[in-house]
Amino acid sequence: MSALAEPRGPKPKRISLARLGIHAFLIVVAAFFLVPLWVMLVTSFKTMNEIRLGNMLAWPADFTVEAWYKAWSSACTGLACNGIQVGFWNSVRILVPSVIASIAVGAITGYAMTFYRVRGANALFGLLLLGAFIPYQVFLYPLVRLFSSVGLYDSLAGIVVVHVAFGLPLMTLLFRNYYSSLPIELFNAARVDGAGFAQIFRHVFLPMSAPIIIVATILQVTGIWNDFILGLTFAGRQNRPMTVLLNNIVNSTQGEAAYNVDMAATILTALVPLTVYLVSGRWFVRGIAAGAVKG
Amino acid sequence: MSLSAPATGRPIARRLRAKLPVLLALTPAIVIGFVVYLGAMVWTVRLSFSTSKMLPVLDWAGFVQYDRLFATERFILAAQHIAVFGALFITLCLVLGFLLAVAIDQNVRGEALFRTIFLYPFSMSFVVTGLVWQWFLNPQLGLQQTVRGFGFSDFKFDWIVNQDFVIFTLVIAAVWQASGLVMAILLAGLRGVDAELWKAARIDAIPTWRVYVSIILPMLTPMLATAAALLAVSVARLYDLVVAMTKGGPGLSSEVPAKFIMDNFFERSNVGLGSAAATMLLATVVVVLAPWFYAQQFRKRRGRA
Repeated sequence: MSALAEPRGPKPKRISLARLGIHAFLIVVAAFFLVPLWVMLVTSFKTMNEIRLGNMLAWPADFTVEAWYKAWSSACTGLACNGIQVGFWNSVRILVPSVIASIAVGAITGYAMTFYRVRGANALFGLLLLGAFIPYQVFLYPLVRLFSSVGLYDSLAGIVVVHVAFGLPLMTLLFRNYYSSLPIELFNAARVDGAGFAQIFRHVFLPMSAPIIIVATILQVTGIWNDFILGLTFAGRQNRPMTVLLNNIVNSTQGEAAYNVDMAATILTALVPLTVYLVSGRWFVRGIAAGAVKG
Repeated sequence: MSLSAPATGRPIARRLRAKLPVLLALTPAIVIGFVVYLGAMVWTVRLSFSTSKMLPVLDWAGFVQYDRLFATERFILAAQHIAVFGALFITLCLVLGFLLAVAIDQNVRGEALFRTIFLYPFSMSFVVTGLVWQWFLNPQLGLQQTVRGFGFSDFKFDWIVNQDFVIFTLVIAAVWQASGLVMAILLAGLRGVDAELWKAARIDAIPTWRVYVSIILPMLTPMLATAAALLAVSVARLYDLVVAMTKGGPGLSSEVPAKFIMDNFFERSNVGLGSAAATMLLATVVVVLAPWFYAQQFRKRRGRA
């Protein structure tokens, strides 16, 4: 999969009509992909008076960052007007423990399933994979009942547990595939030296896991940050993540909508995964490939 | 290899002691697999055969909830919408993703930039996607008004508030979000094609498009299937995008099953009906994905042998 770097394919034959066509196609599609982002950006820097004029593509005549301040610190959801920052910090508080815990559990599960042939481990893996393909709606109601009966419902701990549970299939898959690609002699040698389950993991495989941990982190950070339905259902009022708050800000406005504030809030919410994507670049693609192609 | 099954023939106590940490490590996975996935799933199916309204009751009502479900217009509409959405969304994503991957594979200038542009929407959430497109397609101030401002005063594009067309706006937004994923998967496949194949095709003077259609496309089938499976999963899950972009409206014209289920569970206190709808969704997903799952296992087994 690392061959993504060097383009192969057929050698181009100088400039031909076909090559012009290919470039034109790519540019048109790129415009389709970029226009919404452009509109979102310029709208967030306009005043509402200018927005009402109706040219959404135009560069702001009266450039202002006021909408961004409002979106961050004073946009309203219902009666509370504390801006999207509340959701930002909630998302951070959900994200950090969820990412760490789900990767830790996934790594240990993947390690155990790769090197220790426990009876039924393959069936368990199959069950997890199957669970990954089934829509959340099939599980949500019983889980809500279960969580409220053990006091996890509407709490930070609850939403973290939910993220670990629904992240486990992909995490296990990643680590299982990664560990299977390593030479088994590593494991055998450590075994001969008398190392146990935890020791082999800590001293042999964990230090070798950096690449796959990076991939897993990228996948989990974007996935958990972008989650809406689980946060909406399990996090409770105090911990509503940024996506839920954003939707409330935009879709429950009374009176005329402040589109500039809405768009600023939307960009702010997209900023974390977008940054992860732009900074991580090839790693992001690797994560998709590892999760999808081998799945 | 013999060491990976090390304890054979040794005393039982020792074997148990060796197994204990492994079992401990697998405990979270076992609990999640059997309680969160299997348990919750079975419970939902069970509830669909009960009279549960606001709270779950475990009586036996036969197929009453299913009779009600199929007499509920809202659910029938939701099922029709998701069928239209799913067919269009998956087809368009695969076609666009394939074309983009092939185009990018032609040693184009600025390849990395194009790749970045085509995949960035995939890193954003469905909520963000929905809100952006809701604003972009807003008839009063969005695309329609902007094009009219350019002098095309008759231009009409009010799909997002039009009962007959709103579902297509969801398709557009979702294709925008997800076709980069297909491109990335297929591009990885294209880069794995042996350079010898291209040499051979050139020696035989086979036109490039012909190679793509007759040789490359069949080689990419497993990846296309995987991409289609991933897209199908997101179709069944379609909820966030609808909530953010159209709230299921206007009227019921963009209602979808996942939203129907959530509303019945958590807002309308119709647990039995929601469970029946969830069970139908589950059955559909299993039926659609079973062939793919089977082919995947088959391929793996053959690969190992």
